[in-house]
Amino acid sequence: MKSVIAENLVKTYRKGEVKALDGLSLDVEEGTVLGVLGPNGAGKTTTVRILATLLQPDSGHATVAGIDVIKHPDKVREQIGLSGQYAAVDETLTGWDNLVMFGRLYHLGRQTSIDRANELIERFDLTEAARRPIKTYSGGMRRRLDLAASLIVKPKILFLDEPTTGLDPRGRQDMWGVIQELVKGGVTLLLTTQYLEEADQLADEIAVIDRGTVIARGTSDSLKKQVGGERLEITVEPADLDQAREIVAKISGHATHVDLRTVSAPVLHGSKDLMEALRAMDEAKIHPLDIGLKRPSLDDVFLSLTGHVAEETVVEPIGKKKRGGKK
Amino acid sequence: MKSAIHDSLVITKRQLLQLARVPELLVFSTIQPVMFVLMFRYVFGGSIDSDQPGGYVQLLMPGIFVQTVAFTLASTAIGLAEDMKKGLIDRFRSLPISRGAVIIGRTFGDALLNILVLTVMALAGYAVGWRPTSGIVQTTLAFVFLFMFGYALSWIGILVGLSVKEARTVQSVGFLVTFPLTFVSNAFAPTTGMPRALQYFAEWNPVSTMVAACRQLFGLKNEFGATANSWPSQHPLETSLLYVVVLMAIFIPLSIRKYKNYSN
Repeated sequence: MKSVIAENLVKTYRKGEVKALDGLSLDVEEGTVLGVLGPNGAGKTTTVRILATLLQPDSGHATVAGIDVIKHPDKVREQIGLSGQYAAVDETLTGWDNLVMFGRLYHLGRQTSIDRANELIERFDLTEAARRPIKTYSGGMRRRLDLAASLIVKPKILFLDEPTTGLDPRGRQDMWGVIQELVKGGVTLLLTTQYLEEADQLADEIAVIDRGTVIARGTSDSLKKQVGGERLEITVEPADLDQAREIVAKISGHATHVDLRTVSAPVLHGSKDLMEALRAMDEAKIHPLDIGLKRPSLDDVFLSLTGHVAEETVVEPIGKKKRGGKK
Repeated sequence: MKSAIHDSLVITKRQLLQLARVPELLVFSTIQPVMFVLMFRYVFGGSIDSDQPGGYVQLLMPGIFVQTVAFTLASTAIGLAEDMKKGLIDRFRSLPISRGAVIIGRTFGDALLNILVLTVMALAGYAVGWRPTSGIVQTTLAFVFLFMFGYALSWIGILVGLSVKEARTVQSVGFLVTFPLTFVSNAFAPTTGMPRALQYFAEWNPVSTMVAACRQLFGLKNEFGATANSWPSQHPLETSLLYVVVLMAIFIPLSIRKYKNYSN
């Protein structure tokens, strides 16, 4: 069953001048993680805002948990959790205050709200900071608290918009750990990211979007294959280079590429080709310095799909993307 | 309906919690009106003639009360704009809560703050010689008027906050509206000295009718009004009440509608 379905979403800003979404379609199978990958301005945030009922599309159709987001936003809101760069918490209040407040807004009783807040604070390792205003939190703590706030009523469907943008590597690792725990618990997750590595780590399936539309989707592996599959790569001493090249060419059947002491060429059968190469090298009494199969990175995928590199380095401050002018 | 009230009160409570967590907020929002009381009392008070028994401070206090309450427009708008900018409003909108609870809760919170600020000002006024002479019922009624006026302006603030969105711009817009309204009025000086056209504006100005209403309810002769003999200056209580009702009737539905559609 599909937990999230978006069909042909179109959203324009400034009277049609800026096209944020241009017929975007995607879906998420129940209990899986879809990574929506794209550079800034590709339409990730707009997509999440529409699915989370914060924004109405100009045209198109979307359902979450089988409920139409445009016709019954209230019912959708009961099913989802949302955490992102723009859906924030009250920074003046303490982490604990926030969680209790959100519990009350989800119509939990006073004591239930308090219990749930305590539980989440412990689970997200925020005990020490619980009674401090969020203003004093580090980026990683703030994101964890933010995520905790979206989990108060244990939603089955979760939207995380760029959960690690702006975090340092350690904060990012922590956040990944937290998200992986959640996924084990069976939640359906739609996650947007501009980090190729993040999608690779967390997502069962990836939808690559650019300029408001999905340009490719599939598992991380299938996307990599789409770009050219695996390459056999052998590094040898310069004296053995010609012989190594012959071996690689024979197995691959394609033109080889030589870069200093490394020979490479595309192969079709992966590990079987690798074994054959090893045997041939052994017979020829060549000792490889390095030998292996190399798969294209998601960076390569993005480049070959869009013709431009993903803008990984652009980090916008939180809260700056308001006023619909983000796109 | 029950959950609408519950949700609004949770939002109101959040505003009160903010004051508890950052007491400076509370201090600054009460220092300013107290400062105005002292400034006008001692800086201008000496040079403004008044044959009012008890002196200028009697006329002044209603003016400062109304002026302070008028700033509710700006403070509601700024608070809302900041919440929107920080993404808190989006978070609230993603929750299954009653429509409108977020802004209704804010107007409640600002109204409660107004009660507090008015109390502090009344005490400060008392300390510098302000003495209402009309008895407890009428004096209380004056504060009810002030409270309602502030509440009505809060709803204009909601619309301004939702429309302008940028807190700093909201601040400028808020002051651009409230300063002329409070100064082109009978609040601090007689309207007699103004050019004729300005006199009419001043007398129809809701700030003037509110000030005149308060003066009347505190048991004063409205010495600074009624030069153009206009209907509002003759009937300040009725006019003020009418203004409050009309403002609410216009701005509550407008603001709620704007809130529901704001990000589209």
